[in-house]
Amino acid sequence: MIGLAHYLVLSSLLFGLGLFGVLTRRNAVAILMGIELMLNAANVNFVAFTRFVDPTFVRGHIAALVVITLAACEAVVGLALVINAYRHLETVNVDQVDLLKG
Amino acid sequence: MARLAWLIPLFPLASYAVLIFRGRALGDRAPFVAIGAMALSALVAWGVFVEQVLGAESFVWRAAWAVGGQRVITVGYTVDHLSAITVAMITLVGGLIFVYSVGYMGGDPYTPRFFAFLSLFCAGMLTMVLANSFLLMLIGWEVIGLCSYLLIGFYFRRRSANMAQMKAFLTTRVGDTLMLIGIMALFWQFGTVDYHAVFEAVQRGAKEAAAVVRLGPWEVPLVTLTALLVFGGPIGKSGQFPLHVWLPDAMEGPTPVSALIHAATMVAAGVYLVGRAYPLFFYTPHHEALTVVAWVGTVTALLAALMAVAQDDIKRILAYSTISQLGFMMAGLGVLGYTAGLFHLLTHAFFKALLFLAAGSVIHAVHTNNIKEMGGLWRPMPVTFGTFLAGFLALAGVFPFSGFWSKDEILLEAYHHEPAVYTVLTAAAFLTALYMSRLVAYAFFGPYRGPAHPEPDPWLPEDYARAGLYRPHGYHGSAEPHESPPVMTVPLVVLALLAFGAGFVAVPGTGPEGGSWIHHFLKFKGFEAAGIQAPSFSWPLALRSLGVVLAGMAVAWVVYGLEWVRSDQVRAWAGPAYGFLRNRMYIDTLYGWVFVRGGLALAAGLWWFDRHVVDGLVNLVGWTTVLTSRLHRLVDTYVVDGLVNLVGWATRGLGLLLQPLQTGRAYNYILVAAAGLAVLVVVSLWRL
Repeated sequence: MIGLAHYLVLSSLLFGLGLFGVLTRRNAVAILMGIELMLNAANVNFVAFTRFVDPTFVRGHIAALVVITLAACEAVVGLALVINAYRHLETVNVDQVDLLKG
Repeated sequence: MARLAWLIPLFPLASYAVLIFRGRALGDRAPFVAIGAMALSALVAWGVFVEQVLGAESFVWRAAWAVGGQRVITVGYTVDHLSAITVAMITLVGGLIFVYSVGYMGGDPYTPRFFAFLSLFCAGMLTMVLANSFLLMLIGWEVIGLCSYLLIGFYFRRRSANMAQMKAFLTTRVGDTLMLIGIMALFWQFGTVDYHAVFEAVQRGAKEAAAVVRLGPWEVPLVTLTALLVFGGPIGKSGQFPLHVWLPDAMEGPTPVSALIHAATMVAAGVYLVGRAYPLFFYTPHHEALTVVAWVGTVTALLAALMAVAQDDIKRILAYSTISQLGFMMAGLGVLGYTAGLFHLLTHAFFKALLFLAAGSVIHAVHTNNIKEMGGLWRPMPVTFGTFLAGFLALAGVFPFSGFWSKDEILLEAYHHEPAVYTVLTAAAFLTALYMSRLVAYAFFGPYRGPAHPEPDPWLPEDYARAGLYRPHGYHGSAEPHESPPVMTVPLVVLALLAFGAGFVAVPGTGPEGGSWIHHFLKFKGFEAAGIQAPSFSWPLALRSLGVVLAGMAVAWVVYGLEWVRSDQVRAWAGPAYGFLRNRMYIDTLYGWVFVRGGLALAAGLWWFDRHVVDGLVNLVGWTTVLTSRLHRLVDTYVVDGLVNLVGWATRGLGLLLQPLQTGRAYNYILVAAAGLAVLVVVSLWRL
């Protein structure tokens, strides 16, 4: 029987993978992908808690849908930034995007 | 006419303003401005006087000047018998002296300034006489003191003139200060300085118990003390002992100045003031203030007459004579001879101005002041000699010259009220006849003893030399004495007539009830209320004083005229007394040592104190401040700045320490955040 704990472990692993990707990757696109993983880990949590703790209303689902929308927006803005950065600097490596560093 | 009296001092004042600002431009015409102003003044003054003679009421005009609560200081003028006859005398004598000055000062480059000062003097003198209150009187009084100062030092390049003017000003200042205190005391007591109000208050106070001031062991009634303080002014201005020392030195001024200021008017201002403030003196208990006045005057009369005997300078003899005669006037006022003292003031103004002007004429002719360098002048200078003789006979008091009548009045009053004063004054009258006869004998008789070619005056200022003058009063290139021009002799003749005739107003029978006119005209109303009778003229007394005068003249004639007894023999007999008198009884020497040198020593001491003690203290404060500042700087540099720098260094060190944390890489921060989260998670699990 798959219970809440399993979902939570899955979500933790997913979040950990995303965090690992954000911390270790230098490629901006990869970092965005890591962030996407972390957001989806949260979504899993929302849905799981709705399913096992308070199934009457679908509040967690709604939160998950909002997060997905936000994630989409974030991906749009982030990718636009990355593309623009690449056009100007010919790199997507965040270590090399340091024009503001004194 | 009395309502126009305010114009009297204004004409000379206007003349002063014109001459002081436009004098140089006016040049030789300057004297006529002054003479014209004096003529206008004289016109009004004589109008006022004649009106008073014809029986006009006395008139006082006053307006509020300064109002302080209940106390109002008024300004205005008084026209009564006393002020009317005095302004008449001043304008007449002043006008004649102005005319004379035109001749005397002829060619002097500073003539406009001379006439400007003379005009200002007349304005001040007339203000002083016409004033309605002690305060306005004081203003006039100070103006004439200032003019006296300015005119004594008229030949300002002469060191002796500078010294004399300072001596005159400072000596009179002693008396003036006392008088100022006296006037303040009056204001304090009565809340007013108006003559009328003060005298009424004094008269009222005399009936009640008067306040008493304790001065050491003595108790002095306040009113007496006030009167004596006010009398300080007359002592200084009228050259009374012991403040008489300035008057002989004041002869450094031009002779018309000596005649106008130091014989006829200014020095008489003190006598006038005593006459004006007579109620203040009279209503003291037992008339004790008047007794003081009488004895001051008597002592002055005798001492000055003694000193005059041993002088050689013609003007100095006349100056001592003036002091002596002023003493007579004071004595006359003091022995309840109100009329006598003031009448002598008037006649003395005529004959002493005459004597000074005649002496000026003599000096003009022989270029020396020393009577021993003159001689035989009656032949070349008949008019001067004749007029001088008239003045001499009037001063000595020979019947029927004016001095006889006025001096006799004083002696008469003294004989009746204070016999001791009478004795001393008779001695002074003898000496008067003696020294004046000596002067006349030396100057006008015997051979001419002057040098054939007088040396130019050693002080010889270059601007006088440019004007062709080698003497302050003109040098004519000839050593021969000669008569002065008519502009000088005509005033002499007029004054001689006055010196002869002015006394006839005192002849018994000229006034109502067998009395004399002057007794009727100038009388103090308090006498009748107090039951004091003026003694009537007595021939025995008059003959006695005439005898004394003739004896004095005879003695002088024996020694100096006929030379039966030689004067050096007299000097040998007199021994130290001669030196004592010649050196002015060493009073000037004493003052020189005590006050002048004492003052200088005090100044030197104060200078030393200032230099060493005060400056030392100031420097000490300075050094202390510098020292404290240095300490302060140390504290500031090392403590305050140290703290500030410490803060800086600490901040900088901390910054350096924390700088590596600020990498600018987002993932570093996220790593820290994640690590923190992990720590929190571990801690929370631990707690579970």
